[in-house]
Order: sequence, then C-alpha cells, then structure tokens
Amino acid sequence: MTSATSSPVVHTPSERRRFGSVAWHVGSLAVLAVVLYPVIWVLGASFKPSKDIIASIDLLPTKPVWENFSGLADGISGISIGTFFTNSLLYAGLAVAGVVLSSSLTAYAFAKIRFAGRNLLFTMMIGTLLLPYHVLLIPQYVMFRKLELTDTLVPLVAGKFLATEAFFVFLMVQFMRGLPKELDEAAKLDGCGHFRTYWSIVLPLTRPALITSAIFTFINAWNDFMGPLIYLNTPDKYTVSLGLMMFRDQEGISNYGSMIAMSLVALVPVIAFFMAFQRYLIDGMATSGLK
Amino acid sequence: MTLVKEAPVRPAKKRSAAPAAGRRGRRRENIAGYLFMSPWIAGFLVLTAGPMIASLYYAFTRYNLFTPPEWVGLDNFRTMFQDPRWQKSVEVTLKYVVVATPLKLLLALGVALLLAQKRRGQGLYRAAFYMPSLIGASVSVGFVWRALFSDDAIVDRTQKVFGLDVGGWIGNPDYVIYALVALSIWQFGAPMVIFLAGLKQVPQELYEAAEMDGAGPLRRFWNITLPMISPVLFFNVLLESIHAFQVFGSAYVVSNTQCGPADATLVYTCYLYQKGFKEAQMGFASAMAWTLVVAVALVTAVLFWSQKKWVHYEEAAK
Repeated sequence: MTSATSSPVVHTPSERRRFGSVAWHVGSLAVLAVVLYPVIWVLGASFKPSKDIIASIDLLPTKPVWENFSGLADGISGISIGTFFTNSLLYAGLAVAGVVLSSSLTAYAFAKIRFAGRNLLFTMMIGTLLLPYHVLLIPQYVMFRKLELTDTLVPLVAGKFLATEAFFVFLMVQFMRGLPKELDEAAKLDGCGHFRTYWSIVLPLTRPALITSAIFTFINAWNDFMGPLIYLNTPDKYTVSLGLMMFRDQEGISNYGSMIAMSLVALVPVIAFFMAFQRYLIDGMATSGLK
Repeated sequence: MTLVKEAPVRPAKKRSAAPAAGRRGRRRENIAGYLFMSPWIAGFLVLTAGPMIASLYYAFTRYNLFTPPEWVGLDNFRTMFQDPRWQKSVEVTLKYVVVATPLKLLLALGVALLLAQKRRGQGLYRAAFYMPSLIGASVSVGFVWRALFSDDAIVDRTQKVFGLDVGGWIGNPDYVIYALVALSIWQFGAPMVIFLAGLKQVPQELYEAAEMDGAGPLRRFWNITLPMISPVLFFNVLLESIHAFQVFGSAYVVSNTQCGPADATLVYTCYLYQKGFKEAQMGFASAMAWTLVVAVALVTAVLFWSQKKWVHYEEAAK
C-alpha cells in the first residue's frame, strides 16, 4: 500500500525500489506487531504472578514464575485438566474421521458420478452453507434430548458423519473435478467399480483436500463452544472450552494466573497444527473463494 | 501435495470411454450416485430439513420442553417485535455487522495488496496474519480480549495517554461492542488469504498496458484491480456478513456470559440462547431463529441482486 505512493521528488529507479522495500517491511512489521500482540501477551502473562497480569503493562514478566502452571496440576473442582483435553481430543478425533469419510463419499458422487438429480442436490448442498445454524439448534436439541443422547458426544459429531459440513464437501468436489479425467476412465475400462475407483484412485489423489478438511475440522471442534455448552452438562464430560469457562466461574478471581495459563495451554494444539500444516490451510482457504 | 504430479497419467489415446452403455448403465450410475450420497441425504433429512420444518412449527407454539407444544398462532412474533430486549439485540447485531464487516474487509484488502508484492518474508507474514482466524473463536482468546480491554490494561492506558478515560471498554456499555468489533477485525487473515488468491489471478499485462498509458497507482487500482477482484470481494462480503450476523461465542465469553453490561453486547444469538436454553422458551427462540433466517436470506438476496451492478465476471467482459 505505502510503497505505491509516488513522491514528487524524482528518484532514480533503484532508490525508489529501495524506499519501496523499506516501506513494505515497515508496514508489514506494524501489522505483525498488532496481530501477534495478544498471543505474546498471553504467553508473557501466564508467567506473571496473578496480581501483575492486568496491572503490569510489561509484555513479558520481569521475573518469570511457574506457579500458574503448577496450579493447573490440581485440576478444577476435582477434575484433572487431562480429562478436558482427553474429551476435546476424542471430540475432535471423531469429528475428523466423520468429516473425511462422509464428505469424501459425497464429493465423489458430485464430482465423478452422473446421476439424475445431481445438480439439484448440489445446489441444495451449497444452500446449506448460507443457512444460519441457529435455526437447527433448537429442534436438534429437542430431538437428541428425546433420544436421550444429550450429555454425550453423539449430537456434536453426528452431523460430521453425515456430511453436513458443506464447506468441506465443496472443497473436495472442487479438488476431485480438477483431477485428470483419464484416470477414472482408465479405471473404468480396467473394470473398476465406483467404490474401487473412489477408494484406490480418487481418494489418494485428493489427499491435500482431505488434509485441509481434517485440520480445519480438528481446529473447529477444538474451539467449538456453543455445541458443548448446549449438549454437555456433567463436568467430567466437558471439553477444554467448557473446562475453561468452569475455571473462570469457580476460581477466576482467586486464581487468575492459572486461568490464563490454561488459556495458553488450550491454544497450543491449534497453534502447533497451524505451524505444521499452514500451507494446506491457507491454500485450502484460498481456493474456496475462487471457483 | 506432490502425489498429483507423480500420478501415472496414461498417454490418453483419445478413445472416449464407454459412451454410457445404454439405459442399464445409466440406472447403475443412478444407484451408485445415491449410494455414495446416502450419508449426506440422511444428514440433510434428519439434521437440516427436518429440524427446519420443526422449528418453523415451534415458532407458532408455546413450548417449554416439558409439556407438548401448544399452538399460539402469531403470538411469539407479536411478543418478539414488541420486546425491548429483542429490539436491543437487533440493534446490537446490526451495529456489529455494519461496523465490523467493512473494517475487517478493508484491512484484509489493504494487507492483501501489501502482501501481493513479491518480497522476502512474504510467506511468513501471510501465515502469521492468518493465525488469528484460527484461534479467534476460542474461549482462550475471549479471556485474553477481556483482559486486554479491561480497566487499567493496555488499551485503557493507551487511551488515557490521549486524555480519554472510559474505565476499560469491557465495563463500559458504550464501548464494549467495539472490543468485539476489534476481535472480529483481528481475524482479517481469512478474507485476506482469499483476496490474495484473487490478486494473483489478475493478468500482469493489464497493469503494464495501463502504466504505458500513464495511469497512476490509484487509477490502476480503481480501474484494474478492483473490477478484476470483484468476484472475490463479493464472496468475502457475503460470507463475512452472514457470519457476523451469527456471532455468539466471542460475545458470550468476552462479556462474561452476560452479554452486557446493560445488554450492550446482547447479539442476536446470545438472546436466542438465553430465551431457548436459559428460559426454556423454545417457541419464542424458534420464532427468533426464523426471523434471523429471513433476515440473512434478504441480505443474501440483496447482495446477489446488487452484484450485477458491481461484480465483474470474466465471461461477461467478452
């Protein structure tokens, strides 16, 4: 942005280029500072004594303390932190398995099988992308309550196994349509049925889209707050998000430092996943807007 | 990633594979199609279409989960439109959508233009700027936000330097909504990445030609960049505004589950949650949900209608 401003003074091209480069880095660094501030803040705060966290303006602690983290070892009202993490992992793991399986089956049908009504169903699927989830919230809750499935993970993951995550179906359809047609035509000539073509040819080639969907699903499930808030009600079934809220309710004031430390710990899996797979995530996001 | 390139693409001998072997083949394709689609179809019927019809029905009933729904006609809607808290929630939500979405997209576009230049470290910046979009919805970040915008914390102190003392945004009904807006803007990375992908597709020749004709950077942006990326701009505007209408977690966590003070962050879904799950007024909450659906549908329709006027698609240009 800044580098594009032309100055009235005539510069030599190389001078102009260097000025542009400096301006570019200054601009980018300024944005970076604002973007990273909250993350560095929580990192620093979790090593400060509770009373300093809000009061002290320093980003990093003058004398780092471990008490916030050791405070976590006691758990929250008798439930160990590990329980929340296990619950979240189970939720996220099931969600990933469900999304990858069901969305890829659906996407294969849309991308590779010519069946009557395909276009209509595709339009309906895209339509669900724009539908506010809240209109489904209450009837789904009523239904799962009648089935006595509240306070389990079933209501949270059922939709993942039934391809209701239209965004990922869409992502995979786009990807599968981009695969060379010769491949599945050759498979057909070799006598492969659709299932074999799906399983041994299309699915392995769709790996990048599967990975993108899997990671997004993991992160969304990990961060999910409204779902667990509505469906889970015994503390030992709580996910990390709910565990954090319970922490805040019960010890938020007396043990503020540990609450901040747990917030940091809860962010770690997401940030780690992001660092490992950022390319898949960003490329996956980028393609969503283009087609 | 690399698999695609390594795949043994056979030298296509241009024999158009099996020209749909008659009616039998077509029938088999239909069966296969619906078999593959069966999870989606089941999900659509049980988790989408069914619940939509059910909530439309609940919207016209009084229903507290324990006794069967009782038909009350338009009562829920009548009560809702006259309910001052409902009106407040509409006001808060509209304010949030109208302030947060344009600012977020403006920043996303600005930074995308910056990052579109090929320079060292570009990929690193792109990754770092994208990260908030992944963690922004978490409870952890909600807590961090509460801390950063509370009394005597960094934002408050910075503001005091300029002679403005509001006692922290979190506790001030006039300011707390802007803490939420800031949280939304902080997550500009997702639309930014989409803008960047759009910018990459603008043919460089256009810029070169325009430069030769003496067009300055502003003219080039206005006459080339903006029309060329208008489809992604449209996509971002549509998606971001629809999402903004549905914000819940951030408002709930940042405002300490109260969606306040003084209902100042009582976003639509927060009120819906309170009515449905705290007060067990499922009928009223369903009426609210359907009103939201209609509102979002209207916004979507207006955006789609308006795109004829400002969205430039390649095909149309030819």
